[in-house]
Amino acid sequence: MADARALYQELILDHNKKPRNFGVLADANRKAEGHNPVCGDHISLSLHIADGRIENIAFQGQSCAICKASSSLMTSIVKGKTVDEAETLIREFRDMATGKLDTRNQQHHLGRLSVFAGVSELPSRVKCAILPWHTLHAAFESVENATTEK
Amino acid sequence: MIHRPVKNAAFRSEALDVTRLRADFPILGRRINGKPLIYLDSAASAQMPMAAIERMRRYQMEEHANVHRGVHSLSEIATNAYEDARRKVRLFLGAREDREIVFVRGATEAVNLVMHGYGRAFLGAGDEIVISALEHHSNIVPWQMLCQEKGAILRVIPMNDAGELLLDEYEKLFSARTRFVALAHVSNALGTVNPIAEMIRTAHRHGAPILIDGAQAAPHLPVNVQELDCDFYAFSGHKVYGPTGVGALYGKAALLEKMQPYQGGGDMILNVSFEHTDYNEIPFKFEAGTPAIAAAIGLGAALDYVGAVGLAQIAAHEHQLLSYATELLAAIPEVRIIGTARAKAGVISFEVGDVHPHDVGTLLNDEGIAIRAGHHCAQPVMQSYGVAATARASFGLYNTLAEVDALAAGIHKVKKVFG
Ligand SMILES: Cc1ncc(COP(=O)(O)O)c(C=O)c1O
Repeated sequence: MADARALYQELILDHNKKPRNFGVLADANRKAEGHNPVCGDHISLSLHIADGRIENIAFQGQSCAICKASSSLMTSIVKGKTVDEAETLIREFRDMATGKLDTRNQQHHLGRLSVFAGVSELPSRVKCAILPWHTLHAAFESVENATTEK
Repeated sequence: MIHRPVKNAAFRSEALDVTRLRADFPILGRRINGKPLIYLDSAASAQMPMAAIERMRRYQMEEHANVHRGVHSLSEIATNAYEDARRKVRLFLGAREDREIVFVRGATEAVNLVMHGYGRAFLGAGDEIVISALEHHSNIVPWQMLCQEKGAILRVIPMNDAGELLLDEYEKLFSARTRFVALAHVSNALGTVNPIAEMIRTAHRHGAPILIDGAQAAPHLPVNVQELDCDFYAFSGHKVYGPTGVGALYGKAALLEKMQPYQGGGDMILNVSFEHTDYNEIPFKFEAGTPAIAAAIGLGAALDYVGAVGLAQIAAHEHQLLSYATELLAAIPEVRIIGTARAKAGVISFEVGDVHPHDVGTLLNDEGIAIRAGHHCAQPVMQSYGVAATARASFGLYNTLAEVDALAAGIHKVKKVFG
């Protein structure tokens, strides 16, 4: 069994306490809501995408530290990246959180996100970490908001 | 009063010899994350004593056959054991007759059975059903389904900040169209013990039958359905130290008799032809199909165990645990206890500053402490406190004051992690 304390590292606690990109984008052209019905976590993402690149991103919601820190770090890291690059991160993050990607011995692009590797040993919390990434994927698939970006 | 932790007085209890009782629960000997298990989640599901485990084992090894059908000896032995369990439930609830006890899967199925058997048969458009603000989803959703189907209307008894139902408001909810009341005896999210004796009298004064969801009361308080005069009383086996998969619904015979069956199938019929079916007598009319025989027998053994320990003693012991926990937790800065009713049983819900309950639960789990974190299937209760979830410690007869100390120490650690 994992030592959960190890997961609650400085970086995660810091992003939980001072979440980056917290709020709603006024000029969003993509939005998605993420729910984890089991534990009541809820986040909403708003993005501004132009020419296949994430120009800006923000999140809001009510969730545990793992989910909030994951959202905060995710928004910091994908900002400025292309949708394709972000999709790669979504895949890798999901694989890491479910224990399919060994961040120490396999190649990946996760960088600081690998602080979440420990969740793979806390099955009840895997979903908390993945929720923002699922939501990001859903936002990419969402219909563009017609009001902006025209 | 100044309180010192009772360290090293591990199992001191005025009401129960907990050290001896703990030995009856094999699972309490195991370790979690290298620490001794501290099980504070009995409100979700209680652990089973060896006597019940052993009884189920013996049934399966020596007595198993289908019930109510065979001419052979084994079927008779199984039927007797199953019906004996029914009698134990009847005595546990203080019901008049064995046939007033219907075996079900648990409290959820019991409520659904009454919704189908009574609600769908006797309620119509514009009729009103009264429930309370502190119900478990299992005593909300079935009634909403009935309202949707029949055009009936749900009325909700409000509560105060402490988590106590407002009895004046309750009285005012009754109208000429009130046809049914469904009410928790004890709240699983807050621990509030509702004054059901009085509330049952009120319902009857207005001519409405009343169902009591006793899922959280049965393990903690002596219940006598005849004295209470409730029309239905539901509980789950796994919360009274029995196995999962079985529970009981008490219903007054006269009501059960006029109700529609809940499911169709074997055992619930007397004669079947393609033109017509005569339903069996109660309670069998409501027990379609082969029941959870081993589980029912295990429940009987669990109730014997609880009876031998004594519900009054269990209640006194848990009261001590609850008062101690309330005192220790209230003394921790930033801990907010949610649900401060004067009458409480078994449960303490709390928040640790703005740390999310799931993080509290995960970090306590590191210490071997099992608590529940979430909405406790009572989202309306959470909403009235403006939270999405709480952490909840709940107590059983086997918990000790030292475990409450460990909980408080664990909460201090959580606070330290979150600085
Ligand atoms: C008050 C209350 N009612 C009903 C239930 C449902 O019990 P079960 O899931 O065993 O059917 C519970 C279980 O948590 C409960 O606490």
